[in-house]
Amino acid sequence: MIEEQSLLDEIESERYELFESPNYNFHFARRDFIKAFGLGIVFIVPAARAPAQQRGQGESGRGGNERLPNDIDAWIHINEDGGVNVFTGKVEVGQNTRTTLSQSVADELHVPIDSVHLVMGDTDLTPFDMGTFGSRSTPTMAPQLRKAAAAAREMLIAMAAEQLQVEPKALRIVDARFLNHDKSKTLTLAEVAKGRKLVKVIPDDIAITQPKDWTIAGTPAAKIDAKNYVTGKHRYTSDIKREGMLYGKVVRPATFNATLVSVDAKAAEAMPGVKVVTDGTFIGVVAPDQQAATKAANAIAIDWKSPGQPTNAELFDLLRKPATGQKGGRGEGGGGGSRPQGSITDGLAAADKKLEQTYTVAYIAHAPLEPRAAVAEWNGDKLTVWTGSQRPFGVKSELVEAFHIPEDKVRVIVPDTGSGYGGKHTGECAVEAARLAKAAGKPVKLVWTREEEFTWAYFRPAGVIDIRSGVKNDGTITAWEFHNYNSGASGIQIKYDIPNNDIRFHPSNSPLRQGSYRGLAATANHFARESHIDELAHAVNMDPLEFRLKNIKDDRLRDVLQAAAKSFGWGKAKPERGHGFGIACGFEKGGYIASCAEIAIEPPSDKEEKTNKRVRVIRVVEAFECGAVVNPLHLRNQIEGAITMAIGGALFESIQFENGKILNPHFASYRVPRFNDSPQIEALLVDRKDIPSAGAGETPIVGLAPAVANAIFNATGVRLRALPLVGKGLTVS
Amino acid sequence: MAKVTSLNVNGKKLAVDVDSTVSLLAVLRNDLDLTGSKYGCGEGQCGACTILLDGVATRSCITQVGRAAGKQITTIEGLDRDGKLHPLQEAFIKADAMQCAYCTSGMIMSASALLSKNPKPNREEIVTGMNGNICRCGTYQRIVDAIQIASGQATKEVTR
Repeated sequence: MIEEQSLLDEIESERYELFESPNYNFHFARRDFIKAFGLGIVFIVPAARAPAQQRGQGESGRGGNERLPNDIDAWIHINEDGGVNVFTGKVEVGQNTRTTLSQSVADELHVPIDSVHLVMGDTDLTPFDMGTFGSRSTPTMAPQLRKAAAAAREMLIAMAAEQLQVEPKALRIVDARFLNHDKSKTLTLAEVAKGRKLVKVIPDDIAITQPKDWTIAGTPAAKIDAKNYVTGKHRYTSDIKREGMLYGKVVRPATFNATLVSVDAKAAEAMPGVKVVTDGTFIGVVAPDQQAATKAANAIAIDWKSPGQPTNAELFDLLRKPATGQKGGRGEGGGGGSRPQGSITDGLAAADKKLEQTYTVAYIAHAPLEPRAAVAEWNGDKLTVWTGSQRPFGVKSELVEAFHIPEDKVRVIVPDTGSGYGGKHTGECAVEAARLAKAAGKPVKLVWTREEEFTWAYFRPAGVIDIRSGVKNDGTITAWEFHNYNSGASGIQIKYDIPNNDIRFHPSNSPLRQGSYRGLAATANHFARESHIDELAHAVNMDPLEFRLKNIKDDRLRDVLQAAAKSFGWGKAKPERGHGFGIACGFEKGGYIASCAEIAIEPPSDKEEKTNKRVRVIRVVEAFECGAVVNPLHLRNQIEGAITMAIGGALFESIQFENGKILNPHFASYRVPRFNDSPQIEALLVDRKDIPSAGAGETPIVGLAPAVANAIFNATGVRLRALPLVGKGLTVS
Repeated sequence: MAKVTSLNVNGKKLAVDVDSTVSLLAVLRNDLDLTGSKYGCGEGQCGACTILLDGVATRSCITQVGRAAGKQITTIEGLDRDGKLHPLQEAFIKADAMQCAYCTSGMIMSASALLSKNPKPNREEIVTGMNGNICRCGTYQRIVDAIQIASGQATKEVTR
């Protein structure tokens, strides 16, 4: 496991996802907690990585130091009613972490899941958290909360024992009740918490329940607040209404990198109730309703000066040029490439067949169905912003910086959000809403339009990948040289045993704003690698599955490959005419994946050019192993969702741009997967109760694109090396 | 500009005071605080804003409120009766047919219109009927399952 952890740490350094910790560190005082929570018992969870001496170990809570540890991951408050309130800076964006973290706490504390309430992503109420990304909630936050709950359970048993005047070891806790052996003495959680005013720091060395003994975790618990969603009652950011709230609208530049020449806002300012806000290059309006805001924004005449900017056609040449200036990142090999092993020259000399190919991936958009939204409200000098973000504390820092105000004057609250997929790490909408609210002197809601979301958010990086390889006729891969330009280093490592390898990531100057995305570059790197592996298998006339198994020793990867292949029926039957089978596998963020896809070549739909064919993914079997499964229901759902989302990037999603403009900023022109693109999906869970759980929101996306590309080759003999594979349909020669 | 002064929403007559050209979605959300219907694109492309207008699935974001005056408007808030969930709402929970759930209201409203025209749709008919609604989280197969469950067609296929 040590090796695994170091690999995980390395993977975490993906440049598009790395965000620094703030350089401040608040001191928490016990009295603050008591003031904030009132009666009951608060359990403080020191941060997993904080140095031991900072953790305040051994503090009893009664007469202990006033000062608490600086680095805190979470806290749990047992209120006087016996309710368990868990405070974490993580956020819920559809990955169902609210449910799975609740399961972990309920499991450890021995209380019903519905007595656990998570307070998430509120910078005034929850401890600092870097953000909800990198599939970290399950492997890091869940064990922390488990530790807290386990410690809380033991401390509560001791308190109950004192109240009941029995030995602690005579008591156990079942369904939030403390019982002795013959149930002659019982107490509820509420009876123990009643009238208390305690803040306890949990010890670090507490043992947590192992997966084989889980009772609530490991079960398919339903989405905890599903009823609120099916009735439309849940309030996303864009549903929040505040007293006296106005509606905002930002006037966008004509193109990226445009400079402002002149503004004429007279017509807009003359409209009733409208206020125009200009501040440097920021131009926005507030109005009593959404329509008036839009009308006013449209009435502002602005002259922009735009520089000439690149188009799609030049993209891949541009990306091959090394990064310059500040945008450049950390130089060659930075951010996750590995040290070369052996010699590529020797490896190629030992090969019977050599292969050199280039693969590309386009920019794609996250297109969360809830676009960026924020409601901002100033009360005196205190700013509160509700916004959908994966990084509440990051947004808070942006606000602190933008308005030059102290940290304690900003509160960011993230209501459970209409998805993110890595696309909501930034706080631009929050800053804009706050600027408008400041000018208006009233709360302001700002919801980006779909076009704004497609244009002014950021994209998954495009990239170019060159691979040079050699293979012996017996199927042994002898050389592997891999260069990724711009797309990123996630998932760049190989699990193939190749003695001579050289794997590098090269940062570039991206012509478009780019950032995190579900799985990051792991999709691009897996697409290139697993396509190329398929090409090598064909070069030596070997079955693609057999070829992979010959070159992979890692048992966890072999297990998922074999599981997926078996259930798919790989090698058992040939695809029917016009169909193709493809296979791919991979590893990322602690999860192992294998995907088998069946595609069909069909007549064009209205989305393909008339002379082309439609490629439809009709069946996918995907095996996934991410350690111990916390919730099989939501894990399957994540796998199915990731596969469906992957179909878009694999087949047709692509941002088109020219001269600083996005050419397809609408769902009508940027095609996303719909019902009729959705295949039959079989998600196979390989549950390893002996291995700690890894996150699962991202890795299931990485295997689909190469499996589909390989299936297209299988059906047609055509090797496609660019994502999206068939943006306008498959060209028939 | 013509004004709309009342709307029939979820069986109730509600007073409003809006221009007839304003989108029905904006009136429902901003004036009537019925925020279950969502803005996803404003262009009728994603279906998150779907409501029923005299029983017909309608994209409220591209429907002027004037066109809804005098008609029966049903939103997601009007589906449950006396705290009892509609069979589609139950089925969406049962099939775990959501992730972020931002599309869920629109999905359920589109599905309810589909089932009123075709009470026992097969999977293909569901796909065709629902194709205008986007679930970016990709829970399509679960939504198909949910619609089959709600229409009393639960099969082994549904057990995932």
